[in-house]
Amino acid sequence: MTRQAGPRATEPDASEPDATAWRDWDTPRDSWLRTDDARPGWKRSVLLEVVARVLFPTVLALSLYLLFAGHHDTGGGFTGGLVAGLAFVLRYVAGGPAELSAVVRIRPPVVVGIGLTIAAAVAIAPLAFGTEPLTAAVAEPVVPVLGKLKLATSLLLDIGVYLLVVGVVLDLLRTLGAGIEHQRARDRAEEEG
Amino acid sequence: MLLAIAVHLVLAAVLLPLARRLGRWVFVIAALSPAVTLGWVLTRAGPVLSGEAWSESIGWAPRIGLEGALRLDALGLLMTVLVTGIGALVLVYYAYYVKPGEGGVGSTAALLSVFSGAMLGLVVADDVFTLYIFWELTTLCSFLLVGGNGSRAEARRASVQALLVTVLGGLALLLGFVLLADAAGTYRVSEIVANPPSGPSVNVALILLLVGAFTKSAQVPFHPWLPGAMVAPAPVSAYLHAAAMVKAGIYLLARFAPAFGDVPAWWVPAVLIGGWSMIFAGYRALLATDLKELLAYGTVSQLGMLTVLVAVGERTAALAGGAMLLAHGLFKSALFLAAGVLDRQTGSRDIRELSGLGRRMPVLASGCVLAVASMAGLPPLLGFVGKEAAFEAFAPGSVVDVLILAGLVIGSMITVAYGIRFLWGAFGTKRGQPATEVRAPPAGLLLPAMIPALAGAVFGAATPLTAALVEPTARGLPAGGEPYHVALWHGFGLPVVASVLAITGGFAVFRAQPLVRRLGGRLPGALHAQHGYQRVVTGLDDLAHRVTGRVQVGSLPGYLSVILLSVVLVSGAGLASGVPLPDDWRWWDNPLQVPLALFVLVAAGSVISARRRFTAVLLTGVVGYGIGALFVVDGAPDLALAQFLVESLVLVVFVFVLRRFPAHFTHGGPVRALRWRNAAIASGAGAFVAVASVLYSAARRHAPVASREYAARAEPEAGATNVVEAILVDFRALDTVGEIAVLAIAATGAASLILAAQREPRQPEPEVETTSGAEPPAEASAPSASENEVAEEEAAEQEGVSP
Repeated sequence: MTRQAGPRATEPDASEPDATAWRDWDTPRDSWLRTDDARPGWKRSVLLEVVARVLFPTVLALSLYLLFAGHHDTGGGFTGGLVAGLAFVLRYVAGGPAELSAVVRIRPPVVVGIGLTIAAAVAIAPLAFGTEPLTAAVAEPVVPVLGKLKLATSLLLDIGVYLLVVGVVLDLLRTLGAGIEHQRARDRAEEEG
Repeated sequence: MLLAIAVHLVLAAVLLPLARRLGRWVFVIAALSPAVTLGWVLTRAGPVLSGEAWSESIGWAPRIGLEGALRLDALGLLMTVLVTGIGALVLVYYAYYVKPGEGGVGSTAALLSVFSGAMLGLVVADDVFTLYIFWELTTLCSFLLVGGNGSRAEARRASVQALLVTVLGGLALLLGFVLLADAAGTYRVSEIVANPPSGPSVNVALILLLVGAFTKSAQVPFHPWLPGAMVAPAPVSAYLHAAAMVKAGIYLLARFAPAFGDVPAWWVPAVLIGGWSMIFAGYRALLATDLKELLAYGTVSQLGMLTVLVAVGERTAALAGGAMLLAHGLFKSALFLAAGVLDRQTGSRDIRELSGLGRRMPVLASGCVLAVASMAGLPPLLGFVGKEAAFEAFAPGSVVDVLILAGLVIGSMITVAYGIRFLWGAFGTKRGQPATEVRAPPAGLLLPAMIPALAGAVFGAATPLTAALVEPTARGLPAGGEPYHVALWHGFGLPVVASVLAITGGFAVFRAQPLVRRLGGRLPGALHAQHGYQRVVTGLDDLAHRVTGRVQVGSLPGYLSVILLSVVLVSGAGLASGVPLPDDWRWWDNPLQVPLALFVLVAAGSVISARRRFTAVLLTGVVGYGIGALFVVDGAPDLALAQFLVESLVLVVFVFVLRRFPAHFTHGGPVRALRWRNAAIASGAGAFVAVASVLYSAARRHAPVASREYAARAEPEAGATNVVEAILVDFRALDTVGEIAVLAIAATGAASLILAAQREPRQPEPEVETTSGAEPPAEASAPSASENEVAEEEAAEQEGVSP
């Protein structure tokens, strides 16, 4: 991975209060486009890369919407997780493993584990309150701006499912995507001697 | 009792870290729990012996009748005294037995402590499943203790044999318990014994119980594991394979004999197998040249005698069994510990090598004489008391009784003979053999070996004590005439004559050993139990290989064909049993379905004719999207959304994988030859699924209650207006949690497989490098060592080692 170190890494005074002066707050913290060619033997499509980058946050926002809307509308943790996973797939297809590792710094099995842990914790938590496992509670807090919300604890279970599905998709990208690429590179190297 | 078992187990956990500090003294700490348990049980002995069993139970899953139930009665007390008493002695002995600086002290001590706790649990368990769990725990402890650190091929083979044989018996026992408990309607051992069920299934259960008892107590033909297990250190043999674990089978027989003693399926096999084991193994003991092997065959023989005594369910025989149980535990552990002392101090336990030790180790020799005298049944020792009762039990009566009595006398004769052989072999002076060098053993080794031998004398002389301990175990058994009482002297009668005959006859057999050996002749190889075991194990291996070779052919079309054919056959059988045809038959619910269905059909048809893999994958995706569209038309947006997303993801994954494949499908060769067969299977399965789904949809006559309730309760109970979501995260949330767990496991498994395949193939190590001079030789020696071991193992197998 020979990706240029982003500005965030080169900014020595990022932690100091003066560093984020009002003039600098919108300075990009990451390189907008990769300047290197991380994937030999694969034509680079700048157009696709840029579109993927532009769409990426929007798709993630959509996935979050699906996650939270699930209780009352089409959606849910599983579909939300799949949409988020497809967002990462888009980045990967456009720019390869380097593009993916620019947005994901956490190892996929950890994401899977966190998702499963949340789900299991939600399942067990009611025992602490003397009810049966997986009992859901519904609260209707009034939040400023948003108004009256209806929140069920089962939303947490959905969040667990969401994270787990995202983790599984990332894991697929890591193994089937990047892994096979690695293998091909090795095969090529062997052929060349 | 729960507390006592728990203390054993907790102490075992503490022993491992303690061993780093204390070294071998950790065994003394381990001895505390059996010693304390013994003391505590003795304070409770009074009421228990007078008939008030002491019960405890913890609810495990009480609603389905599963609980850990313990019950200490007279029989349990006798076994507890034996298990804890010998256990404490053996553990103290072990502290002196280990050589300084020997590794694995902590784990051995911990295992022995676990074993002691498990054995305690076994003899006080009152619930069949509790009993079974402790039974298997002792098996596992035996496996680990025999195997040691696994560095010796011989020990590994012996431990695996012990494990396989006893676990086989354990499974038979479990099955027997289930049948028995089912017939009796209770899981409590005491209740089953109080109201014994009967019937053909009970007979099967009894046979299974006997198999369990015979494997555990090393009866013919399961016995070879016990002599094999003699590779374990002497204290382990003394405790597990003489005093405690092998008694579990006898205990089981004694426990159920009051209920089933008169059932032929119970007593006939027990008497036959027990009697045969008694005589046959005694004969094998006469041939043995290794002291421990001699003792092991002696144990098999004695256990055979005990099997006969306790299984018949008659009061005098049971009294004899109880007394012999105690006597055998005492004298056999003393002899094993003494053999361990000899082995440790002289470096040999071969009869042909040891010579002149009687004079050099007078204390040990006198202790062994005492133990052997008890084994031979000389007065005034406990063995005599037991044998008198045994002869008395079968003295009067029928042909069967006479036959059993004759068997017992012959068995006792052989016992006397191999007892003398042990003394002569261990301590005698052999002609032409120089006196063996020996270091004086420390008192810590001698004392634990002496105590059980002396205890045998004490129990023999103080018969009221023995009677108090043993007689309550036979309470409630049919006495048949005047009740017998355990005593040293009953006056002249048949039993005394039998005893004298056994002792003098035994002496004669010992003198005539060469003749006896020739008389025995050779057993044909096919009848060797060890050969049988090896044949069964290799046969199973072969079978597994063959089945795997046939079933796991590595052909995806092959696997798919099997799956599809099973779907057609199994569900087809369901259809054949009669499903009504739908009465409101119609072609579509919504006209939009027609073009969508055609679209899917065309896409599916073109998949088959696709030449390029990529085209085929894309067309499969089209089929999936088409089905998603059908969901939309049917009004299931959640389902459709999930279908679209999954389809997209699958497409991407396919594309990733396709990069590794040739662009075109392969044609010709075997693929072409099988094409029509595969096509027939595929279209058959497809047609079947289409027909079946129409027919099955007709099976539902009314709107399902569950669906209505889900819809009605989604809003008030789950706080969700989306019913699908309410079902997923609330009503059936357990399913969801389970499914995502499966998803996580599957993803991890798939990732591991892919990553494992990508690992760099290991390069052959270059020859000795100049930079790292020390490492390569060490690495090079490791494989050669393991090769040697494999070769050794193979050689041993070819020889067909027989005990």
